[in-house]
Amino acid sequence: METRELTCINCPMGCLLTVEMDGDTITDISGYTCPRGKTYAEKEVKNPTRIVTSTVKVTEGEKERVSCKTEHDIPKDRIFDVMEAINAACVEAPVVIGEVLIRDVAGTGVDVVATAHVGRKH
Amino acid sequence: MKNQYDIVIIGGGPAGLAAAVSAYDSGVRDVLILERDEQLGGILNQCIHNGFGLHTFKEELTGPEYADRFIQQVRERDIPCLLNTMVMDISPDRVVTAMNRCDGMFQIQAKAVILAMGCRERPRGALNIPGYRPAGIFSAGTAQRLVNIEGYMPGKEVVILGSGDIGLIMARRMTLEGAKVKLVAELMPYSGGLKRNIVQCLDDYGIPLRLSHTVVDIEGKEHITAVTIAQVGADRKPIKGTEERYTCDTLLLSCGLIPENELSTAAGVQLSPVTNGPVVNESLETNIPGVFACGNVLHVHDLVDYVSEEAAKAGAVAAKYAKGEIAQADGKEIALHAESGVRYTVPVTIHPDRMDDKTVVRFRVGDVYKDSFVSVYFDGERVQHKKKRIIAPGEMEQIILTKQSLDDHPDLQTITIKIEAE
Repeated sequence: METRELTCINCPMGCLLTVEMDGDTITDISGYTCPRGKTYAEKEVKNPTRIVTSTVKVTEGEKERVSCKTEHDIPKDRIFDVMEAINAACVEAPVVIGEVLIRDVAGTGVDVVATAHVGRKH
Repeated sequence: MKNQYDIVIIGGGPAGLAAAVSAYDSGVRDVLILERDEQLGGILNQCIHNGFGLHTFKEELTGPEYADRFIQQVRERDIPCLLNTMVMDISPDRVVTAMNRCDGMFQIQAKAVILAMGCRERPRGALNIPGYRPAGIFSAGTAQRLVNIEGYMPGKEVVILGSGDIGLIMARRMTLEGAKVKLVAELMPYSGGLKRNIVQCLDDYGIPLRLSHTVVDIEGKEHITAVTIAQVGADRKPIKGTEERYTCDTLLLSCGLIPENELSTAAGVQLSPVTNGPVVNESLETNIPGVFACGNVLHVHDLVDYVSEEAAKAGAVAAKYAKGEIAQADGKEIALHAESGVRYTVPVTIHPDRMDDKTVVRFRVGDVYKDSFVSVYFDGERVQHKKKRIIAPGEMEQIILTKQSLDDHPDLQTITIKIEAE
């Protein structure tokens, strides 16, 4: 049996959630005061995911960096692998918003896309 | 260069952009945006994290993406923008004096002016932290600009004072870029940041949040080498014997935002001592006729979506004013009072003859309230009584007043908004 404590992020209440686990099976969730808290707890213990946002280095651009994000959420325990790939990447200007900068980043099956435009240096 | 415009908007951030689009769509084509940065979008450009636009676009965007949506709308309408342009002065009769490298100093007569200058961070000088004044101390927003726009890391061992959202966001950002964030100290017994940010920026990375703690000493003559933090009592004064020393090469400050109203003050705009923003009526109009305010220059918002919404309203009213369709504010004026936990209201007065069918009144509270009621009183009569599970200082609240309800109370003098236990 394992007990995990979480803070619900759905509203400013920030309910303290307690999840009892038996291996990969949830045996009990307590502390939530609305259904959203229960759903959040289930997702957080079974498959926590996050969108990662950062910047990628740009060459020949009017700016040094272009902001980027993983197009979808990625497993939480892969965040630093994704960061490593983002920091190793470099892209030549011009870059347009939505452009894929890294395909299948760190083998997650998710692309990293630009979230801003960067024009070419004049 | 043209020296007359129907509407001049000071600031091309989220408020200025939404105001411009709305003014244009309300039928005024002669709109000019003045922006001091080299690009539109304001602070959103450096807020590269996601979570923007859930209300406006029903999806989670990053800051630059949210800004781009509005920049595109401005471009589609061919609304002129002067970038790299600093506004120096606004006169009470709405002559805007500005300057830039191409045009030098110039003046524009506006029929209506929209103030959309945003806010800035409370600097170290306003915080009274003892100790040396070495390099390595940044406001969280400055660090955000260095990391996200310039591509520089301010340091590797970080302590953050203040748990405002920018501080929380930077705790995660610096961690992702390889820095060790040792702790976030917060003077108050609660965080002013969003719950989501505390979980996803601190808890996710095991960064401790120390509530009721502050920095009592800064070490280092050339560059910061360590800070001492201490617990504070209910009087917010440090408690002797609770000091802890942390070595660090960077101290970030995230201790509140102040609306940037130097131009407004010089123009004679009356400011609220609570919000540090202009005192406005139901039309978001200041005490100077034809000068409107919206966004963080008016009061600091929690979500950009509400900035856009408020700015759209300012744009629409300014358009009416510029077209001469707005009644002079000489009719009956009803005062709004903030009481018992409610720190302020925006607007502060309402002219029933000028208001739309509905007017949104935004406010913030001064403490955390659980299972309490937001009540609205028309003079002595309670007309709204809404139960809220939680009301917190970090989140903006709102109530809606209908023109109908005001018309039903012709003798109404004062509207009071307060928090009640039952």
